[in-house]
Formats: sequence, C-alpha cells, structure tokens
Amino acid sequence: MSIVPLVLIVLFAPLASAALIALFTKRSGTVSAGISVAAVLISLAASIGVFLAPGSTTPAIQLPWLDFGAEFSIPIGFTVDQLSQTMMLVVTSVGTLIHLYSLAYMADDDGKGRYFGALSLFMFSMLGIVFADNFVMMFIFWELVGVSSYLLIGHWYHRSAPPAAANKAFMANRIGDFGFMLGILLIWVTTHSITFGGIAENVSALSASSSLATFAALAIFCGTVGKSAQFPLHVWLPDAMEGPTPVSALIHAATMVAAGVYMLARVFFVLEIAPCAMTVISWIGGITALMAALIATQQNDIKRILAYSTLSQLGYMVMAIGLVAKEAAMAHLITHAFFKALLFLGSGAVIYACHHEQNIWKMGGLKKLPITAATFAIGTLALMGIPFFSGFYTKDAILIAAEGSPLYYVGLFAAFLTAFYMTRLYVVVFLGKTRTEEAAHAHEVPLLMSGPLVLLAIPSVIAGYGFFLHRLQPMHEHAASHTPVIASVTAILGVLAGFILYRGRDRDPLYIEPFAKKFWFDELYAKLIAFTQDLLATFSAFLDRWVIGFGTRILASATWGAGFALRLLQFGNLQGYAVLFGAGVILLLYYVIF
Amino acid sequence: MSAILFWVFSILMLGFGLSVILQRNPVASALSLVASFLGLAALYVTLNAYFIGIIQILVYAGAVMVLFLFIIMLLDLKAEARRKLNPAGLIGGGIVVFLFITQLLAVLGRYGPGQRTLPPLEGRIDDVREVGTMLFSNYNLPFQLVGVLILVATIGVVILSKRELK
Amino acid sequence: MVTLNHYLLVSGLLFALGFAGVLFRRNLIIIFMSLEMMLNAANLSLVAFSRFNGTNGLPDYNGQMLVFFIITVAAAEVAVGLAIIVALYRARQTTHVEDINTLKF
Repeated sequence: MSIVPLVLIVLFAPLASAALIALFTKRSGTVSAGISVAAVLISLAASIGVFLAPGSTTPAIQLPWLDFGAEFSIPIGFTVDQLSQTMMLVVTSVGTLIHLYSLAYMADDDGKGRYFGALSLFMFSMLGIVFADNFVMMFIFWELVGVSSYLLIGHWYHRSAPPAAANKAFMANRIGDFGFMLGILLIWVTTHSITFGGIAENVSALSASSSLATFAALAIFCGTVGKSAQFPLHVWLPDAMEGPTPVSALIHAATMVAAGVYMLARVFFVLEIAPCAMTVISWIGGITALMAALIATQQNDIKRILAYSTLSQLGYMVMAIGLVAKEAAMAHLITHAFFKALLFLGSGAVIYACHHEQNIWKMGGLKKLPITAATFAIGTLALMGIPFFSGFYTKDAILIAAEGSPLYYVGLFAAFLTAFYMTRLYVVVFLGKTRTEEAAHAHEVPLLMSGPLVLLAIPSVIAGYGFFLHRLQPMHEHAASHTPVIASVTAILGVLAGFILYRGRDRDPLYIEPFAKKFWFDELYAKLIAFTQDLLATFSAFLDRWVIGFGTRILASATWGAGFALRLLQFGNLQGYAVLFGAGVILLLYYVIF
Repeated sequence: MSAILFWVFSILMLGFGLSVILQRNPVASALSLVASFLGLAALYVTLNAYFIGIIQILVYAGAVMVLFLFIIMLLDLKAEARRKLNPAGLIGGGIVVFLFITQLLAVLGRYGPGQRTLPPLEGRIDDVREVGTMLFSNYNLPFQLVGVLILVATIGVVILSKRELK
Repeated sequence: MVTLNHYLLVSGLLFALGFAGVLFRRNLIIIFMSLEMMLNAANLSLVAFSRFNGTNGLPDYNGQMLVFFIITVAAAEVAVGLAIIVALYRARQTTHVEDINTLKF
C-alpha cells in the first residue's frame, strides 16, 4: 500500500482544521476545539500508519511548482525518510497530548476558537518543515511556524506584554532568516539545485572553495540561531513565555525550536564540508548551553526557569551538530521533546492549581498534588540526565562526542548547573511548606490535564533505551568511555548542592546579579536598536532636508527668479510692445536674408 | 510719361502719409490719409489694376475713412496736447525704423528680378472680367468665407457698441 | 524706366511710415490709421508683383485676388477695432495710449 495518501492526510488534516476554524467556527470555541482535536488525532493515526508501513524509506512525492528551466525550478516535494518519520511521530504525538491538555487549560478562555485555529496552523506548518524536500518549501513552512508562534504568543493580546513578546520573537526570527535566505541562495547558485537530494549530489561544487562552503554553512546556521534561539538571538524565547502554557510546551519546547536542529540534520552534508563552520556552530551551542544554565539558576518564574532550561538543552543539540554527531543531536531532540513538554505541562498544572501564580517563591508544598508532583519529578530526573531516564542516554551521547575538546567541560558544567537549578525548582515548588493562601488551597488538576502528564512521563523514561532509539535513529556504538559515570556523578553533585542550598528556605539565599539580570542582553539590544534608528533617522533627515530639499529649493528659486525677470517685460505700454515686435521682425529678417 | 505719373503719385502718397503721422489734429490726419489713398489708387491704375484701384477708393477712402472720421467726430477728439516725450521710447523706435529702412534698401539692392521693366500687355485688359472669373471659380471658398467674416464682424460691432442695459 | 524695384521701394517706405506712426503717435485712432497704411503698403507690393509677373500678356491675377481679400478683411477689422476703441473710450474716457496701461506687472 502506498503511503502517499497517508502522508497527505498527516500534513493536510491540520490545515483543513485551521481553514475551517478561520472561516467558519472562530466564534464558537467549543466547536473549534473539537475540530482541532479531531484533526490532530487523525494526523496521529495517519502518522502511525506511515511509521508502521513496511519498506518505507524514501519515496519522495514531487510535483513541479515553479518551473522556469532546468536550473530554476522549485518543486513541491515531500520526503518521508527515517529522519522525517521520526520527527513526524514526535510532533504528532506531543501535539495530540497538548491539544487534549489545552481543552482543559483553556476551557474558560474567550479566544478559544482563535487559539485552536492557530494551533492547527502550527501543526500543519511544523509537519511541512518535517516533510519538506527542498529549501524553498522548508523556508516557506519555516516562516509559517513563525507566524503561528506569533499568533499564539500574542494570544492574550489585550495585555501589553504578549504582543510585545510576539513581535520580539518574530523579529529575532526574521534576523536569523535573513542569513538563512542568503545561505539558501548561495547553495542554490553553486549547486544548481534546490532539493536536498540534488544538493547532496552536487555538494562537491560547494566544497571546491573552503571559504564558500564555510560561508554557506554559517549562513544556513543563522536560521537555526534565530529559530532555535541560540546566542545571540536567544532573547525571544524567555519572553515567549507570555503565551499560554500549552503553547510554551508545544512550540517553545518540543517542536518549533527543535526545527532549527532538524534543519541542520537535514542538510548535514552541507555542514560536513566546512570544518570551520562546524567549530563555530559547536561553540555557539556550547556558549548558549552554559549561559542559559547560569541565568536559570537565578530566575524566579517557573516558566522562565523552564525556558532557560530549553535554551540550554538546545545549546546542547546545536553543540552536538557542530561536533559532527548528528544522531546524538536528533536523539536528544526526541527525548527532550517528551520530557520538556512534560515539564511545561506540569508547570501549567501547578500554575492552574495555584490560580495563575507563576512565582516559585509563592508556591511550596505542592507534593500534595500527587500526579503532578510525580510526573514532574520524572521529567526533572530525565532532564538532569540521571541514569535509567531517557535524558541520560542522549545527553551522554553528546558529551561523548565532545570528548577531547574544551566543550566537554562546558557541557559537564552546564549539566551540573542543570541539575542544580532543577533541584532548586523542585524543592521550592513541591517540597517544604506552602507559602501562600493559593498554594494552600491547591488541588489536583482535572483528568484532561493529568492524563497527558502521565502519557508523557512514559517516553520520558523509556525513550532513551537502545532498542527504542535504534528503531528511530541508528546511533554509533559507544566506545567504552568514562563519560557516563562522570556525567552521572556531576548530576548527583548538582542535586545535592540544590538540596543543601534550598531545602526549607523561604527566600533565595543567593543573588548573583548578572544571572538574575540575564546578562543584560535585553538592555544592550534596546540601546543598540535605539542608536541605529537614531542614526538612520538623522541621516534620512539630512538627505531629505539638504539633498532632496536642496534640489527642490533650487528649482523653486530658479522658477521664481525667471518669473521675476520675465515679468519686467510686461510694462503695459502698447508702443513699447510694438517696438519689441519691430525689433524682433528686423532680427528675423536679418537672419533669414543676410 | 508713365514714369512721371509714377513719381508724381508716389510723392503725393508718401507726402500725405508723412502728414498723417505728423499732424496733431486727428481730423487732419484722417483727411491726409484719404489723400494718400487716392495716390495709392492712382498707382494701382498705373499698374493696370483698374478694378483694384476703384475698389481702393470705394472701400477704403469711401467707407473705411468715413468710418474713421465718424468715430473721431463721435468721440470728439481734440488735438493732441503736448506731453512729455519719452526719450527711451523715441530712441528705440527710431532705431527700429531706421534699421528697417536700411534692410529694405539692402534687400532691394540685391534683388535681381526686381530690375525688369513693365512687361508688355496685349490688347485691352478686361480685368473686371478676369478678376470676377477667378474670384468665382478658383477663389470661391475664400469668397464665401469672407462673406461670413463680414457677417461676424457686423454682429461683433453691434454687440461691442451696446451700452450696458440698466 | 520704372522697374519693379521702384514700386517695392515706395511700398516699403509707406510701410515704414505706417510703422513709425504706430510707434510714435499717442492717440489710438491715429495709431489705427497708421496700421491701415501698413496694410495698404502690402497691397501695393502685391499688385506690383502681380503686374510684373504676368504671363501671356496678362497680369497674374492671383496677386489681385489676395489684395481683394485683404481690403475686405481690413474693412471688417477696422469696423471691429473702432467698436472696441469706442467701448474703451466709454470706459476710460481717454484715447491716449499711455493711459491704458493697467495690464502690467
């Protein structure tokens, strides 16, 4: 049986849902929710079908779209190889769970119709990225996920913060996309092909010049810097927490931000030929991982902590790509999707239970929410890389790939910090005594919310196991190495440090200003932008007043002067005019006859 | 013989023309112009253009100048009083006229074909018939148009000289 | 012997006289009369040419045709022009050309 129709169902069911909601049912929240959830369930079923279909490796569906000759033709193509099947399954499964969770979390929201419509649009766009087989298609869907993210971050647009955050996210993305587009065009021109297959065949054209290859690779990487919030464009991700928590879980933890890493894995053959670019990529990933971990230790909003944690883990994935360990990066992406979504949904449950309180110092003693506390613990352990949980295996794979480079120690230190701040989080929120009224009255969340939590906890444990991962993604055999032990010890040290410092506290004993103030990046960027705009404005004013204005003023003066001079001819004396006539005639005669 | 006639009437015409522009009394100017036209008509006749000559007297001296005199009387124009002369205007005008006459003499000096004499004519010139034939055959359209023109001029004059209706 | 050039000279002098009248006289009516003199000078040239360019023992009557039309049109023009001058006199009470100078800057 051909999987083509199934693939099409997977991709277009959410689009149909989004279209239906946008055109017809936006006002009715419940109907929209129903349509959206149904669509994502259909998508999930179809994707399981695709996954289980035998012998399904690389049928590419290709339809010509824009065709202006052999070199300038953009097809619409879907590629369904192992990489995309894996990603597809992750996206649809996490997406389904989050849709179900949203039914409860957003039950009282006024904009439910809008929310689910944007959510369906996002599913469609993300799956488009997963299936795209050429750069142009991927770029189109890349922008579409940006749009969905914008719509969803700014969902509560009546407040002042969400629209600003949505703008910030979109703009940071666009800056990255500028480089991305340059890279796409460069590769297109050099290899004369836009599809990934075609580029892979002609990649030697790029490797001919090392500077060309480096530039192309780095330009492509710019897209990831924007989309996956790497340093220096990381500033949008923490602000994106202004959106509803399920959105944060789906988009800014599990899938969209992972699209950057996925794209790098997709075009890995382009990156391989540029070792300088790979070094840069790995270092940027490492710096992001470390910096985000440092900042996370001093944040007090539960979602911000998780956001910086996401940044940190994305840094790990990018670092892995840079260290030529594409499989490790993808594996970590998969496990991270599950446990980070779990953590975010758990935080959403906590926030819901405490009546929309997000400050961890106003919570405490929430272990009386049994399902939430237990699943959150599982997620935390997976994130910290404790043995037997999924994160351990994938994070280790990355650290093993980093052996022999200074990034190894960067990764280890970031792992220590990860354990430290996650323990801080868990201890302050769930253990100890309740600190406020709301926390005292908190009770367990409804089934629609706790169900996905449980369902996500399962892969958070087992997704790292060999058989599971091998089916999804073949990995290198580990050489015998001490790294797993060292990494586990580091994590446990972090846990201990967290317990010691934060057990039984009511306020944070530490205050390290650079971490708390996020290294002042936002302020720096604001000043930079203001400076540039002032410069541009002054320059434009100068141009307008003195260059263009000068020309116009000269024209006007010339006309005025000419008028002033010529009007002297109108002296009103009839005979004077006659004299002028005569003079003119005489001149004419002279000219003609003599 | 014809040369004497030519000179006599030319001098007459030019002399009275000078008188037109030098007289201060407008009636005297008008009458000088009439005399000038008579000289001109005589010159036409020396050129064997009898019809034109008669028309000149009938229309110009007889109708146009009468109209001029009529208007002069109507407006009761007095002799022109002496006014301050404008030197710039005088000099400018003088130069222009002088240059014109110079150019005229220069052109005529080098105009070769102008040096022939009267070509001979054969038989009686029945120029009224010739003019009439040509007028009503070759120049029929202009003739009609001129008729319309005169009509329009008449209407225009009537309207222009209406007083404001109170 | 009287040649064509003689006639043309006389015509030119008449024209110059008319032009001088236009330039130097102050009274509108006199100026108008000088204008008529200029027209007549042109007529004289035309008739002279018509006679001197004759063929087959006849003058070339095309010139005389033009003179005919010029005389007609000049008559019409005089009528209209004088009507205008009368209207102007009614408005300004003057025919002195220097008093009619409001159309200036």
